[in-house]
Amino acid sequence: MHRGNDSHSSPSPADRRLSALVRHLQGSPLDAADPCLAAAPTSAAQISVFDHVVRAPEDPILGVTVAYNKDPSPNKLNLGVGAYRTEEGKPLVLNVVRKAEQMLVNDRSRVKEYLPIVGLADFNKLSAKLILGTDSPAIQDNRVTTVQCLSGTGSLRVGAEFLARHYHQHTIYIPQPTWGNHVKIFGLAGLAVKTYHYYDPATRGLNFKGLLEDLGSAPSGAIVLLHACAHNPTGVDPTAQEWEQIRKLMRSKALLPFFDSAYQGFASGNLDADAQSIRMFVRDGGECLVAQSYAKNMGLYGERVGALSMVCRSADVASRVESQLKLVIRPMYSSPPIHGASIVATILKDRAMFQEWEVELKAMADRIISMRKQLFDALRSRGTPGDWSHIIKQIGMFTFTGLNSAQVAFMTKEYHIYLTSDGRISMAGLSSRTVPHLADAIHAAVTKVA
Amino acid sequence: MAHLIQAGSSCRLAYSGAARSMSTAWWRHVEPAAKDPILGVTEAFLADPSPAKVNVGVGAYRDDNGKPVVLACVREAERRIAGNSNMEYLPMGGSVNMVQETLKLAYGEDSDLIKDKRIAAVQALSGTGACRLFADFQKRFSPDSQIYIPVPTWSNHHNIWRDAHVPQRTFHYYHPESKGLDFAGLMDDVKNAPNGSFFLLHACAHNPTGVDPTEEQWKEISYQFKVKGHFALFDMAYQGFASGDPERDAKSIRIFLEDGHLIGCAQSYAKNMGLYGQRVGCLSVVCEDEKQAVAVKSQLQQLARPMYSNPPVHGALIVSTILSDPDLKKLWLKEVKGMADRIIGMRTALQQNLEKLGSPLSWEHITKQIGMFCYSGMTPEQVDRLTNEFHIYMTRNGRISMAGVTTGNVGYLANAIHEVTKSG
Repeated sequence: MHRGNDSHSSPSPADRRLSALVRHLQGSPLDAADPCLAAAPTSAAQISVFDHVVRAPEDPILGVTVAYNKDPSPNKLNLGVGAYRTEEGKPLVLNVVRKAEQMLVNDRSRVKEYLPIVGLADFNKLSAKLILGTDSPAIQDNRVTTVQCLSGTGSLRVGAEFLARHYHQHTIYIPQPTWGNHVKIFGLAGLAVKTYHYYDPATRGLNFKGLLEDLGSAPSGAIVLLHACAHNPTGVDPTAQEWEQIRKLMRSKALLPFFDSAYQGFASGNLDADAQSIRMFVRDGGECLVAQSYAKNMGLYGERVGALSMVCRSADVASRVESQLKLVIRPMYSSPPIHGASIVATILKDRAMFQEWEVELKAMADRIISMRKQLFDALRSRGTPGDWSHIIKQIGMFTFTGLNSAQVAFMTKEYHIYLTSDGRISMAGLSSRTVPHLADAIHAAVTKVA
Repeated sequence: MAHLIQAGSSCRLAYSGAARSMSTAWWRHVEPAAKDPILGVTEAFLADPSPAKVNVGVGAYRDDNGKPVVLACVREAERRIAGNSNMEYLPMGGSVNMVQETLKLAYGEDSDLIKDKRIAAVQALSGTGACRLFADFQKRFSPDSQIYIPVPTWSNHHNIWRDAHVPQRTFHYYHPESKGLDFAGLMDDVKNAPNGSFFLLHACAHNPTGVDPTEEQWKEISYQFKVKGHFALFDMAYQGFASGDPERDAKSIRIFLEDGHLIGCAQSYAKNMGLYGQRVGCLSVVCEDEKQAVAVKSQLQQLARPMYSNPPVHGALIVSTILSDPDLKKLWLKEVKGMADRIIGMRTALQQNLEKLGSPLSWEHITKQIGMFCYSGMTPEQVDRLTNEFHIYMTRNGRISMAGVTTGNVGYLANAIHEVTKSG
């Protein structure tokens, strides 16, 4: 075996490490005087103070894309992360976003200064109007404070940290199931997490009775996380009547609503319709929190654009609350990123661009609805055992197929289809071309794997 | 009254009336928070209608007309990016390309540590985000540790480690009498800290004092750190901005690396690339080997996921576009030197103006100190006078952001400072 110096190849990492160690062991005159040196934990040959750190598991959702990227199969299909894809399977940047982008880059008066801690003022005002309605009395009364945050995740985290510091109840109830990152966000913010019944596997719909029971027995004042529309991962939403009952119950127990709105406009194709659950609560004059994301409905995923709104009893309270939100944000990242929020503000404040956005948004929602229909038809035509009507009943980007983790693993291994192990598929990742492949995979999984 | 109402909640309350007043109690106790001492200065400045007003508060660079600057290299990078980015989610650890280029800046183009993949590194939300990620990581994986923070320091450092629930201690740094470094005090504190303590060090251009150790002093600090087995986290927010030469400004870090320390480093592009509002930075942790680096990086990502999931793409694209294009990188280096030189010029001008006015005090520290800030030595009361009588805005610790000084206002500024300090 060849060893030793080979002047034609660069030294290996091991060689370099050894050289460094030799240099240190030979040391300097200073070293010779101090016998403690060799024992110092962070010195050259010694152990890192983080030596005990074990490798964390892949994020269950984002890890799906990591695995997908590694797969060399030409038939692979990524139905993991909820990012919209075109019929051609490509990411989509909305035309109206490209327009806004060009306007910004051509505007030489624009600078890159720090935003205020609470973010871009225009963006905040327009975001509040978008979710609460332009004629919302809460906005007119100045009872709403809105702060720009890093997409939905950031908005949830800032809101949760505020609640952990200033709210008398430190338990949040989250639906079973929910987006995997929710429990981590609330946990790190210092809230205790409990669950309430939500999804009924038997019907693949809402377990309304269980939901009412669980919220009914929650302690007074507890925080309750509500998905405003297009529940993630199930796609199962309460009806308007069911929302009204939920509202009545929550207000009677002074439960504090914390809405997660990640799909406004994406669920039904209509922005106002998708905000009805929130507006119902705000109309009754009560307080609530709303986390808004523009990742999906404006396709701004990586720009991390979102907003946290707190609807308060009075303008004075809203102002004090805002000052405290700043204290949460400043030691986290000082102020939010300017680019994405500028794109959003540019679009929302221009009537023509806003309308253009509505049209493009509806097109995305419609394409997803069409994929649902196609998949449903494909499974029916294959005679796949089971009732698959939930595919067309569920709403939004995801379908909770009802497949178990063994069936999911089978689909990944045999058909190179990537989805989260809870059986959630992102309809946005499907196209007319790939629906047959998915239908084949589901059929095989259901008939071959228990 | 709020508690009485809640005690009665076991009996079913019909909605309206009692429930309404129950919910008014939720935020009643929320106190208005104090304004941020730094960012609050700009708010006050903006609210001032006086045409003579001067903002030497927040550390954001201004050109000689007092205007914010977007670097030419940044404009060009943005031109290339617009229309070409698909805005997809970055990985949790951020842009790999941007992180790689950023490590080269801190650790050196030919760093063995980079070649050997021994550095765990993630894109962070500028310097604040990098420090916060490290603080959260420190809390989780060295739960019994504390952080030693210099006196004084950027005020937000205290907030960051407090919110991460890591206990803080301080170490001597600034010497008010000499307006320089309290080296003896610093070394004593390093020696007296328990072995294996965590220290926050400003790599260059200390904020707010502008006082940096000399190369020799850095070597001694590094040696003592070895003896004590301390961990060094470098906050480098001004690389390139201090001397005009990024390599030179990283000298403290390189000294520690030569001595074999396994350091942490928080880097920011807010000032040196003028990307303030884009929130671009990097947190890196040097590990013993590649396997450990993979483990540490994965854990940093676990902390980022419940905070913001993945970092913003736009600023990262600007940085990688510039740093991976040799011509754009050259242009950037030239522009950074230009900014640093203008500030050094203003330091000289301010000192000369004060001396010409016949000030009884010594103002040598203005040109001895380095980077964006000058720690003037003025008291909070003197600062208040500057604001109230002269409409000059700065933080009450007497810190002047030299980036806000121009040939147009340096005379006015010198005059005002002289007025409030001439009686000693």
